[in-house]
Amino acid sequence: MAINKDTVKYTANLARIELSDEELDHFTGQLDKILAYVDKLNTLNVADLKPTSHVLKMKNVYREDAVKNSLPVSGAIKNAPLAENNLFKVPKIIDIEA
Amino acid sequence: MELNTLTAHNLMELLKKGDICPIDICNNIINKIEKTEKSLCALAHFDKEKVLERCSNLSKGAEKGALWGIPIFIKDNICVEDELTTCSSKILKGFKPPYNATVIDKLTGLDAILMGKTNMDEFAFGSSTETSCYGPTRNPWDLERIPGGSSGGSAAAVAGDEAIFALGSDTGGSIRQPAGVCGVVGLKPTYGRVSRYGLIAFASSLDQIGPITKDVEDAAILLKAISGHDEMDSTSADMPVPDYLSGMKKSIKGLKIGVPEEYFIEGMDKEVKNSIKVAIEKLEKLGAVCEDTSLPHTEYAVSVYYLVATAEASSNLARFDGVQYGLRADNIKSMIDMYKKTRKQGFGDEAKRRIILGTFALSSGYYDAYYSKALKVRTLIKMDFDKAFQKFDAIVTPTSPTAAFKIGEKISDPLTMYLSDIFTISANLAGIPGISIPCGFTKNNLPIGLQILGKPFDEETILRIAYNYEQNTDWHRIKPRLI
Repeated sequence: MAINKDTVKYTANLARIELSDEELDHFTGQLDKILAYVDKLNTLNVADLKPTSHVLKMKNVYREDAVKNSLPVSGAIKNAPLAENNLFKVPKIIDIEA
Repeated sequence: MELNTLTAHNLMELLKKGDICPIDICNNIINKIEKTEKSLCALAHFDKEKVLERCSNLSKGAEKGALWGIPIFIKDNICVEDELTTCSSKILKGFKPPYNATVIDKLTGLDAILMGKTNMDEFAFGSSTETSCYGPTRNPWDLERIPGGSSGGSAAAVAGDEAIFALGSDTGGSIRQPAGVCGVVGLKPTYGRVSRYGLIAFASSLDQIGPITKDVEDAAILLKAISGHDEMDSTSADMPVPDYLSGMKKSIKGLKIGVPEEYFIEGMDKEVKNSIKVAIEKLEKLGAVCEDTSLPHTEYAVSVYYLVATAEASSNLARFDGVQYGLRADNIKSMIDMYKKTRKQGFGDEAKRRIILGTFALSSGYYDAYYSKALKVRTLIKMDFDKAFQKFDAIVTPTSPTAAFKIGEKISDPLTMYLSDIFTISANLAGIPGISIPCGFTKNNLPIGLQILGKPFDEETILRIAYNYEQNTDWHRIKPRLI
């Protein structure tokens, strides 16, 4: 098996997604099947190859560090589920996880 | 006349002559939508009153933009200021962007009329438009079948004449595959040709916005309108945009076209295979030189894609956490609890599956075996194309291994669904442009798509081949009769 329930549960936690037991079951089976399929990459010898993270020939893209107009704060927070004093409002951050 | 059935270039002529007004086109489209949208479900957000308002606000002076009065639909993952933009996902419920995507500014700058947003697979995760939170879009050729995906709403709206043309986005075939199975034209530009600013990111190294249209001329017009360098997208290429419209009208005599053997696989539909063969013969009759070639690493493309694309997606979708926009879960105990519950409630099955797969591929202990390896095999896939393009001006293949499948047929088996992208994925991994054009029908009257792939930034040649083929065939003129 390429992946088991514990690993899926651990990974979902890293991705900050809560899964029901049912989801955990069916995702584990499906992900295992997908990972078994992608295993075919192991038949290739890639030791001497450079990775391609993007296809463009460009390297760094620079621009002048000039002051420009930006989105007003009111625009940036207008979609927030909860906002106060022009700030995003969230639950207490420093908290002890149960 | 039913103006909604016409192409943009037809309408531009009629507008220019003064035979019709933009409001006539919009009214025809609104009527059509009121008749067929219930059965098609191609649209995510549509507000008739707003359309009429935009129509009456069009500039009336002598200075008219190139797309003056032409209505356009936009895929729901492209930001339009103060208009619902939800990626067909519950997690972006109610989101109205505070800014326009660059492509939107370009289109409105040319006086096109924004009509609304089209349905899509949630966050563009899918090949069938079944994962949308608004329910599946249906194929106008057979309402029991999928319109392809993820830009299925755009393709179905164009094929079903609810739209003149539309924008889609293509990460692994999401413009070309739906265009193929709906019998319309879809073009994925070279990576970097069109600005991605304001396109809600799925996989940043693969995503491109592109046109879905009723014919090749419209694809050239729309591509020209949205292309070009944009300082808001540092991966957009600083290269001149050619005049696609005049370039494509040249003959294809002497052009060298490669036909890769790996795209004619066992298990592919015989009718599809046959139509492509006939299309290749047609290209030869028109003077192109078609020869067999090989892209030996094709069979690894799906594996590479579903590691690279999900890894990038897992990172891009981290921003949907209940803080800045969209949904936030109720009854939460802490910050972490808020993230987890919001994402549990807001994401659908496929989004969760891809985020977990991508997170896994990037996680400590698995990074080298999966993500890093996939990036190296991506190099091999790109090298295959580099080599082929030393000899050939373009490559032709089927767009998909089958015509449209039935709604529900593949949704419970993700791997089978992923394999339906097998012919379109490589172009995104290599960053090259591709177009799908209609090239026939199955005996069940379902459209078949021909894919033409080109060298980086050589959209001109694939448009030229597509245009020459189209001018000598009638497939693009045949309309679905079901609705």
